[in-house]
Amino acid sequence: MTDLHWLTIAEVHEGLKAKKFSSKDLVDSSYARIKATDGKLHNFLTLTEDHAYARAALADKKIAAGEEILPLEGVPAGMKDLFNTRGIRSTCSSKMLENFVPPYESTATQRLLDNGYVLLGKNNLDQFACGASTETSAFGPSLNPWNPEYVPGGSSGGSTSAVAAGQVYFALGTDTGGSIRQPASLSGCVGLKVTYGRVSRFGVTAMASSWDTVGPFARTAQDAAIIMNAIAGPDKFDSTTPQVEVPDYTANLAKGVKGLRIGVPKEYFAEGVEQEVRDAVMAAVKEYEKMGAIISEISLPMTKYGVAVYYVTMPGELSTNLSRYDGIRFGHKPDGEVADLIDYYKRSRGEGFGSEIKRRIMVGTFVLSAGYADAYYKQAQRARTLIIQDFDRAFKEVDVMMAPTSPTPAFKVGEKAANPLAMYLADALTIPPSAAGIPGISIPCGFSSKGLPIGLQIMGPMWSESLILQTAAAFEQVTDWGKMRPKI
Amino acid sequence: MQLTVEQVRKIAHLARLHLTDEEVELFAGQLTNILDYVDVLKELDTTGVPETNQVTGLTNVLREDVVAQDLCKPDELLECSPLPKDKHQIKTKRVI
Repeated sequence: MTDLHWLTIAEVHEGLKAKKFSSKDLVDSSYARIKATDGKLHNFLTLTEDHAYARAALADKKIAAGEEILPLEGVPAGMKDLFNTRGIRSTCSSKMLENFVPPYESTATQRLLDNGYVLLGKNNLDQFACGASTETSAFGPSLNPWNPEYVPGGSSGGSTSAVAAGQVYFALGTDTGGSIRQPASLSGCVGLKVTYGRVSRFGVTAMASSWDTVGPFARTAQDAAIIMNAIAGPDKFDSTTPQVEVPDYTANLAKGVKGLRIGVPKEYFAEGVEQEVRDAVMAAVKEYEKMGAIISEISLPMTKYGVAVYYVTMPGELSTNLSRYDGIRFGHKPDGEVADLIDYYKRSRGEGFGSEIKRRIMVGTFVLSAGYADAYYKQAQRARTLIIQDFDRAFKEVDVMMAPTSPTPAFKVGEKAANPLAMYLADALTIPPSAAGIPGISIPCGFSSKGLPIGLQIMGPMWSESLILQTAAAFEQVTDWGKMRPKI
Repeated sequence: MQLTVEQVRKIAHLARLHLTDEEVELFAGQLTNILDYVDVLKELDTTGVPETNQVTGLTNVLREDVVAQDLCKPDELLECSPLPKDKHQIKTKRVI
């Protein structure tokens, strides 16, 4: 029972059915693991013990009664604190929402509840999902389980660190420009960024509405597929979720990659991408070739414009979305006396938002302001079209693409904190596919000389999550990178 | 594009953000750096290229205009406000 916390969701499900352990045992084990490691890692902002044990009891009661249980039933999980959870504090790692207890549940977490999952607590993130390291959290950073001097990546870093450290079996995160894939790469777990619109964002705090997606973190592609089966599909509360059929994401996992056409975009191996990262990713591509995939080099010439497109359009959308935080209906009430209503708004926002949020609101307000919108915002939206055309052309030649997820392994806490632009470039390889709305996964594919994880990014056309998961699962069959565990 | 301290203060007012003098100074420099970086987009010829506003092509997604309170009740929403309530309304500073 000592290593209960390293089981996969699939193994947990089998164990529960065979009555090798109960859901309560799993919750006990997870909280013991959290108590032993979270003083160091700081992945949790809120623990929901009463809720978790009540949920586990429900699952255990069904099992004892001999009833069928669903694949996620009784399985303990974390949750990025950007998801609204009814009756449970949801902070977005901000002072603005430090005491916010939402009266309703996000669709994604509601679907997990309907599937019987057990929430252990809420995970730390970069404030309002703005950052690549969790260092913009108002409550301090989470740390990397492989070496706590390093960041876990971001913005979903508390969740990826929790999954990689064996504190939880899975979690959900959000990915706007890389916030699922980049921290999955840096922390060493599986993170799936879905096609724009595949999973409902209802009840998830919005950042950049034309980019935001919700997706799973797990330790295997199979587990990610199991979670997808629970959360994917249209939602009447999110009008951006098209009526596209939801397949059984676990159906093709064993089919392999023989004959699969894999493109390797040369721009993703350019200057700024560390040699160790290139080597690990190319070694992974070689493994695919050995399994019968057909490899070819391709070109996505618009890649270098991705970060600039993102840092114009995203702040524009963010500044609009975050205008709802005025401290009236919810949010931070200013300290001390205020002169008038305008002053109330300004002080609520000035005190409630951290530095990175203010910076992005300022950029967004500027690029949307009269006289500048055409030169900045509209030009960026046109450039975004060119990026999409890049991918459309490439996917006529190949089925999936492989590249590094992040240009570097994890960086040290504080290393980029004072330089916003350096931090922005951490997402240089995840932003272009986000601009196109296509899905991508990051899976572990090696380690740096410092012992830090390196991630392989697999991208596919719109709605190709099933193929991406199949491709990822094939790699897990022939390598052990995904089975490595941090000594923490 | 060099942003002045005055421009930063004006943007902060538009965004309803109270900034300290130190933040105004800091952001003038940092915003200038960010805007200089995104200027790379100006080298692209985008004549005739349409703007991307969304990627799935959905249009006119409508539903019946039916009031539902199955997610939460009005008083639960009012509870979220940090301000005092009176007769199921939030009391704010005077608007006009």
